[in-house]
Amino acid sequence: MRIDLEPRPKASRTREIVAPVAALLVAILIGGLVVKLLGKPPLQAFRVYFIDPLTEGWSLQELAVKASPLVLIAVGLSFCFRANLWNIGAEGQFIAGGLFGGWLGIVTHGGSGGAWILPAMLLLGALGGLLYAMLPAVLKIWLGVSEILTSLMLVYVAQLGLDYMVRGPWRDPMGFNFPVTVNFDADATLPLLVEGGRLHAGVAVTLAVLAVAALVLSRTLFGFEVRLVGDAPKAARFAGFSDRRLTVTVFAISGACAGLAGISEVAGQIGQLQPSISPGYGFTAITVAFLGRLSPFGILIAGLVLALTYIGGEAAQVALKLPLDMTMAFQGILLMCVLGADVFTRYRIRLVGRSG
Amino acid sequence: MSPETIELVLISVVTAATPLILAAIGELVVERAGVLNLGVEGMMIVGAAIGFAAAYTTDSTLLGALAGMAAGVLLSAIFAILAVFMATNQVATGLALTILGVGLSGLAGAAFVGLKRDGATALDLPGLSHLPYVGKLIFGEDLFVYCAVGLVAAVGYFLSRTRLGLTLRAVGDNHASAHALGVSVRRVRLIAVLFGGGCAGLAGAYLSLAYTPFWSPGMTAGRGWIALALVVFSSWKPWRCLAGAILFGGATTLQLHAQAFGFPVPAQFMSALPYLATIVALVLLSILDRRGTAAPAALGQPFVPDR
Amino acid sequence: MTPSGPTAPADSADRQPAPAAATGTIPLVAVRNIVKRFGGFTANDHISMEFMAGEVHALLGENGAGKSTLVKILYGLLEPTEGDIFFDGEKVRLASPEEARARGIGMVFQHFSLFENLTVSENIALVLPRTEGLDRLPQRIDEIAQRYGIVLEPDRPVWTLSAGERQRIEITRCLLQDPRLLILDEPTSVLTPQEADTLFATLERLKQEGRALLYISHRLEEVKRLCDRATILRMGKVVATCDPKLESARSLAALMVGAQIKEVKAAVAHPIGGARLEIRDLTLPSAEVHGTALKRISMAVRGGEILGIAGIAGNGQSELFAALSGETKASAQTIVLDGKEVGALGVTARRQSNAAFVPEERNGHAAAPDLSLSENVILSRHATGGLARYGFLRRAAARTLAKTIIRTFDVRTASADPKARTLSGGNLQKFVVGREILREPSVFVVNQPTWGVDAAAAAAIRQAIVDLAARGAAVAVISQDLDELFEISDRIAVIHHGALSPARAARETSREEIGLLMGGADGQHAH
Repeated sequence: MRIDLEPRPKASRTREIVAPVAALLVAILIGGLVVKLLGKPPLQAFRVYFIDPLTEGWSLQELAVKASPLVLIAVGLSFCFRANLWNIGAEGQFIAGGLFGGWLGIVTHGGSGGAWILPAMLLLGALGGLLYAMLPAVLKIWLGVSEILTSLMLVYVAQLGLDYMVRGPWRDPMGFNFPVTVNFDADATLPLLVEGGRLHAGVAVTLAVLAVAALVLSRTLFGFEVRLVGDAPKAARFAGFSDRRLTVTVFAISGACAGLAGISEVAGQIGQLQPSISPGYGFTAITVAFLGRLSPFGILIAGLVLALTYIGGEAAQVALKLPLDMTMAFQGILLMCVLGADVFTRYRIRLVGRSG
Repeated sequence: MSPETIELVLISVVTAATPLILAAIGELVVERAGVLNLGVEGMMIVGAAIGFAAAYTTDSTLLGALAGMAAGVLLSAIFAILAVFMATNQVATGLALTILGVGLSGLAGAAFVGLKRDGATALDLPGLSHLPYVGKLIFGEDLFVYCAVGLVAAVGYFLSRTRLGLTLRAVGDNHASAHALGVSVRRVRLIAVLFGGGCAGLAGAYLSLAYTPFWSPGMTAGRGWIALALVVFSSWKPWRCLAGAILFGGATTLQLHAQAFGFPVPAQFMSALPYLATIVALVLLSILDRRGTAAPAALGQPFVPDR
Repeated sequence: MTPSGPTAPADSADRQPAPAAATGTIPLVAVRNIVKRFGGFTANDHISMEFMAGEVHALLGENGAGKSTLVKILYGLLEPTEGDIFFDGEKVRLASPEEARARGIGMVFQHFSLFENLTVSENIALVLPRTEGLDRLPQRIDEIAQRYGIVLEPDRPVWTLSAGERQRIEITRCLLQDPRLLILDEPTSVLTPQEADTLFATLERLKQEGRALLYISHRLEEVKRLCDRATILRMGKVVATCDPKLESARSLAALMVGAQIKEVKAAVAHPIGGARLEIRDLTLPSAEVHGTALKRISMAVRGGEILGIAGIAGNGQSELFAALSGETKASAQTIVLDGKEVGALGVTARRQSNAAFVPEERNGHAAAPDLSLSENVILSRHATGGLARYGFLRRAAARTLAKTIIRTFDVRTASADPKARTLSGGNLQKFVVGREILREPSVFVVNQPTWGVDAAAAAAIRQAIVDLAARGAAVAVISQDLDELFEISDRIAVIHHGALSPARAARETSREEIGLLMGGADGQHAH
């Protein structure tokens, strides 16, 4: 038995849209199987994960709030991935952004305040993520060190750094010895977009960045360069584009987006720094980027789908005693299905029997 | 520091290095065949969870080890279907495998959190294991350790002296040429990937059966990634892999012993040492091996044969 | 050849070969009605051929005619969609190269199937049948060396070897299996004329031993010299079978192409100006792992002339091209365009100084396969065609420019703005060359302008190059095809191991002389 892959001569828009949808459906089926193996009712799990969160107003807002960092990070990642640069340290850049921007929130705590604080925090957050992403980028262009390994190692370093800061120098002295910082003042917190709800301005920031990214990718020379490098790196050099400059730029973009997501989460959802400020957004964003086929609009939809699994996962933990690990396992299954489905858009697959 | 203390420190270096050796030697074979499997961390942690679960349920360390290996093989089979047979992007597929593995390990190990059992039995040769200063270090380790060293020797011999090893190296050098000569590239890669999965699973099982005889979520703590770095650092040569693992193992234990010796450095910094050391090691390697000649030439490139 | 034509086995497809009076006339290998389809494309269309022992049978046809496909079927790499293969009169099925080798079919590939990082003996060991132990290998290699005069160094890694040496490994690999039919796919494309002579001597030896040889080539003089029979393929079908010694190169070419080929018209007399492209003492290490360093290269190309740079692949051509285009930077004074020192500048700056470049690899380097033609125009023209303003792309302008290129250079496309990968080799090459020539550059550098391109497109490309020079541009053509270089160059230089010989006037030199320089000019024998 042999699997034969025949390249398809023409790309088909229909196939490119159907593929991720089909992948999602297959992943749900496999996920259901796993749920069954764990001894829980699959249909009910499906309802709790995917249907219930969509039916209540508060949870729709929650959906947007959870999707916002995913989409923001994934948009930044898409620039890297399109250029075949594997930044898997977005989680670390997220944390770095939270630290940099959070610092301003801490030092201005209890002071006179001012409208400048919040924008400055956001900028610092983006800067923090950007600088942290420069480490793997620079090592790659100067020494050719694999960005996969360096960016990932730095995630662990960032997590430990955050842990140290909130347990040590930045711990709230009036916080009953809990490992958290002071709560940020009102001026250092993202305002709500809807009164009495959960929708904070971070969502608006994400949407703005998304729009800019879409414009850049399709209309600018730089966007052209990013699309070209992934398809034909030698042609990119022939076009006069410097691969070093591109590496630094896309890592900067990706780091800035992740850092911005980090400070948005800290200044919006959490309101202070604590040892864990991310339930793995930096890694889930990788799945979001692929599910969205590395395009801004696709990433928006994919981010909402994966945010749904987060919310559904939390609900399932309460309702069905299904561990949160199920969400992570599902994300892995989904990413695999997406990658497999992508093969179908480029090749026709045939199983050939031994007789030929 | 007395000789006994030195011996203890060395033993802890060896035990810290063992999971790295097991995982890295498996991945080394996979990469020599031209495939990059970033899912080592995922396979390793599943091996740890399933290994402990099986060992606890059957009260047999051996069965636990075998179960851990089998879990690694099964997960790597999924990777093989996607990356080898369907030619998906190897980086992304490996990441997916890690995400899946970490999630599955939590699910599989949930029922066994907090449970304990006896660790793997150490070798006890009359006379030899009781030699002063070196007895326990060389003749008193548990079977996993000897297995790791044996695997390194076996892989080294296999790659350089056997026909199949030559074929595997050829596939990793130029899969198109290998195909043109009639070698079944995909079959060779499948076997390599499964071998790597078994090794990673065994490495994980070692963690929950011998290193610390219990399961706790996330217990691999990035060792799978360090093993990947180790393969690069060893320039894809088996014996260098062993040496590198000892160095990394040393960095890992350093933090534990430094706390014991009361160094005035924050605990988090000590915990970060292995990860920082990995980056430093990769940087040093790049400086010394500027041209990057060592990597298998076809590493990471998808292969689609025409028929 | 009589106008009624040579024998056409395609007609006699259903008849079994008739036993003749002479000895051994059951063909060693025969193929009947072979059809091979890839999706909608028919590469081989009812092909029938016979290969007799002790005979050298040429398979002629231009690029894309189906030669490589047929030969891969014979070697078990592909399975025919329809049709049969006969060995010694008996029908067989070749499901893998191992089976083909077991039956006695050996193949020397055009693009060698060698493993750069393994040694010579490791490369050879890979094709030994599994039953044979590796320990007998050195002895066996020695036997072959003695019998055929092939010299090999067993422990050297392949990446250190020249093309001729690599080919010897390929041939030794085949001979170890004692093949009864030996297939050679364009063997001389990477050899100097002297090395080719050595090869022919070896082939003669094999022929005398009673083996059958299948010789694929598009070099007609060679075929006439070496081969006893020739089958000509065109568009997947057999169009003729003949005795090449009785034909002229021209008649064979006409059969291959099916029409009279347009010869390149010599340029009208035009003045040769001053030097417009100069390289001054350029020394550059290679960026590639197994690349060739450039050593003290100096050359000057004047306005209105074409400088041909001959050389076998792997002697620094890509490195030279990259240094000229600016993809690799050097010291400022080493490269001079119209008097301006540009050595330290990048590609875009050099294009802005009115230079244009066409690299060797059209799919992946000159053009991005998954981008449309209009986007591929942006690729090399974004700074010089007004296609980007304040960082924003001007897509409509790019599309218009693409249309102009397609029209002027007769590029055949399936739709208005298709992806580059959908074009055939010849059409994509015309597009890529046309994209640059349409700029009317004052300096034009091209690497392998007609490699793998059908004859009609090749002639058109060569004509465009000649006409460009006639308009005053300085043109440098790097090529492995000596015929092409002698056809269009005013002067010819040779690149060997990264060093460039002084240029000679094309009229005053000969293929032999150039061939010697290609081989390193240390004596008459090839090594």
